[in-house]
Amino acid sequence: MRLKRKLLILLLLLVVIIIIGLIKGAVNIPLVDLLLKDNQVIFNLRLLRIIAAILVGSGLAVSGIALQAILRNPLAEPYLLGTSSGAGLAAVIAVIAGVSRIYMPFAAFLGAVLSIVIVYNLARERGSIGDKSLILSGVIISIAFSSVIVFLVSLFGNEAMHEMNWWLWGSLQVYDYKLLTLIAFPVIFGICVIYLFAQDLNAICLGEEEAMHLGIDTQNIKKVLILVTALVSASLICVCGIIGFVGLIVPHMMRLVVGPNHKVLIPVTCLAASVFMVFCDLLSRTLFSPVEIPIGVITAIIGAPVFIILLKKGKKI
Amino acid sequence: MGALLKINNLYGGYYKEDVIKSLSLKVNPGDFLVIIGPNGSGKTTLLRLVTRVLNVRKGEVLYNDENIFKMDLKEFCRKVAFVSQDITIDFSFTVMELVLMGRIPHLKRLQFETKKDIKIAQEKLALTDALSLKDKRIDELSAGERQRVVLARALAQEPELLFLDEPTAHLDIGHQVQILDLLKKINRDNNLTIVMILHDLNLASAYSNRIALLDQGVVFKEGKPEEVLTYQNIEKVYKTLVLVNDNPVTGKPNVVLVPGDKS
Repeated sequence: MRLKRKLLILLLLLVVIIIIGLIKGAVNIPLVDLLLKDNQVIFNLRLLRIIAAILVGSGLAVSGIALQAILRNPLAEPYLLGTSSGAGLAAVIAVIAGVSRIYMPFAAFLGAVLSIVIVYNLARERGSIGDKSLILSGVIISIAFSSVIVFLVSLFGNEAMHEMNWWLWGSLQVYDYKLLTLIAFPVIFGICVIYLFAQDLNAICLGEEEAMHLGIDTQNIKKVLILVTALVSASLICVCGIIGFVGLIVPHMMRLVVGPNHKVLIPVTCLAASVFMVFCDLLSRTLFSPVEIPIGVITAIIGAPVFIILLKKGKKI
Repeated sequence: MGALLKINNLYGGYYKEDVIKSLSLKVNPGDFLVIIGPNGSGKTTLLRLVTRVLNVRKGEVLYNDENIFKMDLKEFCRKVAFVSQDITIDFSFTVMELVLMGRIPHLKRLQFETKKDIKIAQEKLALTDALSLKDKRIDELSAGERQRVVLARALAQEPELLFLDEPTAHLDIGHQVQILDLLKKINRDNNLTIVMILHDLNLASAYSNRIALLDQGVVFKEGKPEEVLTYQNIEKVYKTLVLVNDNPVTGKPNVVLVPGDKS
């Protein structure tokens, strides 16, 4: 079957890219020496980055799929509910307030949650969530929070703010494996929940009323999925910062490759986004080593042309 | 045997005002009931109320004497299916994927379609003469093909009652007759009760066993085509002059428009 072949190719790609990711870096380690005790520290660091890349890739891309389907909007992406600017604002405030670096992820998480709560409540009309008002509230809150970030940075800009830079453009430099384990739970849980709704997402693609005629309680599913995707993006953002593009573009790419059926699309996208992120991370740390390019920059530079090529091949998204 | 669907003194519509006001109507098993009426008379709103898309403000809708709003939504969708007027699908599902969605009311969460579901989907596609399209993407289909596929999806729900909102809206006369012939055949052979909205009074006359003429949210007249489609009723509700004669083939009323300034 053609689908099985596509899955196999992606799986092989993932294995190959993980191996390259382990070998390559500031120091190249030959494959045979990878498991030697001398190399253990580097091996562990690189493995953590790869795990982070896989979590970020699958988490953001699957959230993107869910939001694009429930809002029937191709521009929907995981940071739609203002999580990125909410987290960013909280982190900037924490830096200014001199909060220790250890607590930064928690500040970011709180900021993300706060913005979700605000956006969600702004979008509620008579007990149901309007698609357009949700998108608009998200955009408005994002703009407002971003302006406050810039305002604070220009007033209090100092050395500490340089640290913010990696964070606003994303980095997979994981300092703390415990934190990574901690966010793995909500991210994997979120992906599983979204997959549970695969069939419902298919029906919702046809429109809310059409889905209701197929026995699907659209409003409740929408609420559940908005909260789940927000949880996923808030968790990821507090460890890896803001990584754009992957949640927006990988779902579209995979729709072009395997079609819109979510039962197939979700697992395929998990694999593809993992490959994409591990690859982008590899580039971000090897291309101009020892300088590390923020991963958000790489995802956009790589993703845009790939996407344009797929789009020009003529299939509809 | 009693009515399949009973609408009793129904009020409802949109947030600010009721479009349907004190409307009562019965649908009997095996009916081919056509709802007609001018724009804004509440035809589509009525269908949206009785398929639970909109909330009823007052009155009740009974399916086999059970209040539809108290039924489990999936159970309701195993009995009642709906084909909307214009479905624009931005996602390019294949025909087979779309028709299989009709099986959703029969599936539990996480339950994938079985061979039986696929067989049912194929049967329904064959019934609507669309089996050859099964691997095509829906955005590649013509309007007529798409209408047959959407119908197959509704039939895959294996409903007892099928609502359709202007199934012939974007079709040429050849395809209009094709789809209505098909519905008539399914109505007769598979004992599927059908309620549909049509704008074309002559199609309504030719295919229905009963017609309900709606005006300003109430049933103005309901009965056999020859009882409803009189020039008095039509002129009163549609506010335009018509002639009504007999269709030479079916013997049913044939409505002829009178163009020009009639003042």
